[in-house]
Amino acid sequence: MEEFINKKIKQIKKGDQNAFAEVVELYKDKIFQLCYRMLGNVHEAEDIAQEAFIRVYMNIHSFDMNKKFSTWIYRIATNLSIDRIRKKKPDYYLDAEVAGTEGLTMYSQVSSDIAMPEKEVEAIELQETIQKEILKLPDKYRSVIVLRYIEELSLQEIAEILELPVGTVKTRIHRGREALRKQLRHL
Amino acid sequence: MIGVSKMKCPKHVVEMIHKYLDGDLHEDEGRELKKHLQSCEDCKAHYQELEKAVAFVKSISHVEAPADFTQKVLEKLPKEKRTVSTRRWFRNHPFFSAAALFVILMTGSLFASYEESQFSVTKYDNLVVDNRTVIVPEGETVKGDITVKNGDIKIEGKVEGNVTVINGDQYLASAGQVTGEVEEINELFEWLWYEVKSTLSEVFKQ
Repeated sequence: MEEFINKKIKQIKKGDQNAFAEVVELYKDKIFQLCYRMLGNVHEAEDIAQEAFIRVYMNIHSFDMNKKFSTWIYRIATNLSIDRIRKKKPDYYLDAEVAGTEGLTMYSQVSSDIAMPEKEVEAIELQETIQKEILKLPDKYRSVIVLRYIEELSLQEIAEILELPVGTVKTRIHRGREALRKQLRHL
Repeated sequence: MIGVSKMKCPKHVVEMIHKYLDGDLHEDEGRELKKHLQSCEDCKAHYQELEKAVAFVKSISHVEAPADFTQKVLEKLPKEKRTVSTRRWFRNHPFFSAAALFVILMTGSLFASYEESQFSVTKYDNLVVDNRTVIVPEGETVKGDITVKNGDIKIEGKVEGNVTVINGDQYLASAGQVTGEVEEINELFEWLWYEVKSTLSEVFKQ
């Protein structure tokens, strides 16, 4: 995997956009998922995820091939997502029915298109609730929780992505978990 | 040992629970935690709620990027240097590259000659040319092939060879005779094919 990526990066460094397209294909779902869970909005997630890949392409010369590529792209996407969160109004997500945000979650898009059995509707509603609760976390807890439990990364990888000591990552995960416990205990 | 008093048990145990969830708990600590959870309902509930929260968060993974995601990213990139795409293309299609090179070189000269709509005919002393019509007169015999470009040919005599008419018509009089093949070429494609064929046969003759 790392070998394949390094080969592609060499080609991208020469300006080969097809090699870049292959790398995008490989990471697009993970990066989009990260952005979507951080931001809770399909359009914003797509916007930020695209921006992350464009930055990868534009800054490919500064990438150190001795390091892990996935760590680098995760860092870019996480930082861009956090920047976007901080630019939003702080109460943006406290009221989920803010005008102009309807129909922008994955679930509402799906559920409005297809008629579904009640069980599936309930499952989707549960997912929406969980997403909403994740969005209530302060960004420093939200990022570690998403990286740990949605992207399923190790504590060591998360520490490298966020450029923090592993101990700090653990503390944030503990606090994030505690917050979620209180928010989700009644479900 | 962990005490069971409500004041101090949660903080200490909760720390252990988190260590356990991160896979950081030593074996002996694990035994201690287990023992405590069996006896303390509050801590047990706390642990179960944490596990439930984690399970809930894990359950919402598997989101996929929109189908046109890669395309959209590529559209936003600065234009690729032409040399790179050309080089890559030729590298990926070696056979086609050779063929393409051949076609490029060929068509250059082919189109040039096709577009010259100049009248021309293979020169023989006994041929009569009348305003873009070549006549093989009655009683005359042309020994060899005749090629007429952008003109017609009327054969009243005898041709001991092939007759090729490019962008023109051939009229064979009842008394006329051609020992070889008679070919009319009008379409661009046929013309190309003819040129390629004759070029190749010339190449292979050598």
